[in-house]
Amino acid sequence: MGAAELSILAKQKQTEQPLLAVRGLTKRYGRRIGCAEVSFDLFAGEVLGIVGESGSGKSTLLSCLAGHLAPDAGTVVFDTADGPRDTVRMAEAERRRLARTDWAFVHQNPRDGLRMGVSAGGNVGERLMAVGARHYGQIRAQAVDWLGRVEIAADRMDDRPSAFSGGMQQRLQIARNLVTGPRLVFMDEPTGGLDVSVQARLLDLMRGLVREMGLSAIIVTHDLAVVRLLADRLMVMQGGQVVEQGLTDQVLDDPQHAYTQLLVSSVLQV
Amino acid sequence: MTDQAYNFAYLDEQTKRMIRRAILKGVAVPGYQVPFASREMPMPYGWGTGGVQVTAACLVPEDRLKVIDQGADDTTNAVSIRKFFQRTAGVAVTEATTAASIIQTRHRIPETPLHEGQILVYQVPIPEPLRFLEPRETETRKMHELEEYGLMHVKLYEDIARHGTIATSYAYPVKVEGRYVMDPSPIPKFDNPKLSDSPALQLFGAGREQRIYALPPYTQVVSLDFDDHPFDPSKAAHDCDLCGAAASYLDEVIIDDQGGRMFVCSDTDFCRGRREAGHVGALGVPLAEGGM
Repeated sequence: MGAAELSILAKQKQTEQPLLAVRGLTKRYGRRIGCAEVSFDLFAGEVLGIVGESGSGKSTLLSCLAGHLAPDAGTVVFDTADGPRDTVRMAEAERRRLARTDWAFVHQNPRDGLRMGVSAGGNVGERLMAVGARHYGQIRAQAVDWLGRVEIAADRMDDRPSAFSGGMQQRLQIARNLVTGPRLVFMDEPTGGLDVSVQARLLDLMRGLVREMGLSAIIVTHDLAVVRLLADRLMVMQGGQVVEQGLTDQVLDDPQHAYTQLLVSSVLQV
Repeated sequence: MTDQAYNFAYLDEQTKRMIRRAILKGVAVPGYQVPFASREMPMPYGWGTGGVQVTAACLVPEDRLKVIDQGADDTTNAVSIRKFFQRTAGVAVTEATTAASIIQTRHRIPETPLHEGQILVYQVPIPEPLRFLEPRETETRKMHELEEYGLMHVKLYEDIARHGTIATSYAYPVKVEGRYVMDPSPIPKFDNPKLSDSPALQLFGAGREQRIYALPPYTQVVSLDFDDHPFDPSKAAHDCDLCGAAASYLDEVIIDDQGGRMFVCSDTDFCRGRREAGHVGALGVPLAEGGM
């Protein structure tokens, strides 16, 4: 075997290390099941969609993955800068550091993810300051750049988010999350509560950002159109269990599980 | 008769013991807010119930107490607290900064440098510097624990974005020994440099919020800032009109309804000391002649 082949193999091996490897993740609320025995791998640059009806455990799963909830069993191994680490067992300080550097979390309601009393620029700058930026001019320049990328005019920079429309707030939340260049973004119903034209623009924007930055993302939604547009792979959940997973188009065009068939056929075709 | 009804320095001995334990813990962990079981005091919250409890726990009969309010020895808050301890502890009192062994203060640090062996007790309304940015106490405690202080700079960022400069002029946040971010109580930011490396022990008491924190002598205290907007301990660009001091913190006093005003030292003891030494400001007359 030649040296060139070896290096190709080594490279393949590198890329084969999943960014996020989840095994047997379980969360119970007393006797009720939040999510049970969820396992999957997420690779760099990949977007995973999680769909299912309300109460199917999507949000519980996402919270466990992002470290907001402590799971009862299972491991969530993230490929950190110092090699793969189980984020469930790591110290809270470390997990929170991860949450403001390598991870990002986009809430369904922008009010949960933004500081409503702080200007748009301050909201975007917060993560930069949280990781040690101490130069006002540079923080501001980066905030302007990011507001531009999510199509918020620079002259709205010193306005508070409460003066923004719902769509703008959501875009601001995305800018605030992506400013430190995370590698993995968790999104909980990012387009929920927005009207369809604003949704379309937001999806367009997110698709652009995900492709451009090579982000990995886990998107929880009940809107099949969102996953059709954004997700490479799809996981269907029902009653806390994963009932079907595969490539997005494959799952949506040729659903195998009865519940997936029901879900796909429930969408009104216009 | 009534004087005999009080324990020395008002508080019972068990309460003093509890407060002293909190103070010792605060001294051991500079800048950390130690919870304590704050008692009801015979004064309203906001009038220095925390400071009074800390002072009461520190007082011994040999002490000489000075109480200042906004730099002055003769304003309501200062007079009432001084009288309170005269009556309940029978300690000697003074207005001279250098002669005092314990100084309870509200909103100022004396201009005269403190010396070793002195205790400076601050009255603190809100001990949590992150309070107005993050209202959840559980979350702010977590942020202190994990040293997540990025949010403090968001406040300063907002100042600059709105006013072009860091407009926070009092209760300016500081970092203690490179670890805890601390609210220095509502002292003007002009006084912030005096917090650092002080030979005196500095104790902070917040009665309503039930917190005590401390700066042991010679503790390093740094005011937060940005690289391109450094900390500026500003004061009114004026000299004291009574004593001519150029480097003391000034009060602006309106003296008539024609827009007339004068600037005087906020630290009355410092100002009187200078005038007794013969310094005269622009509107002042020598003290010997007995005039303003």
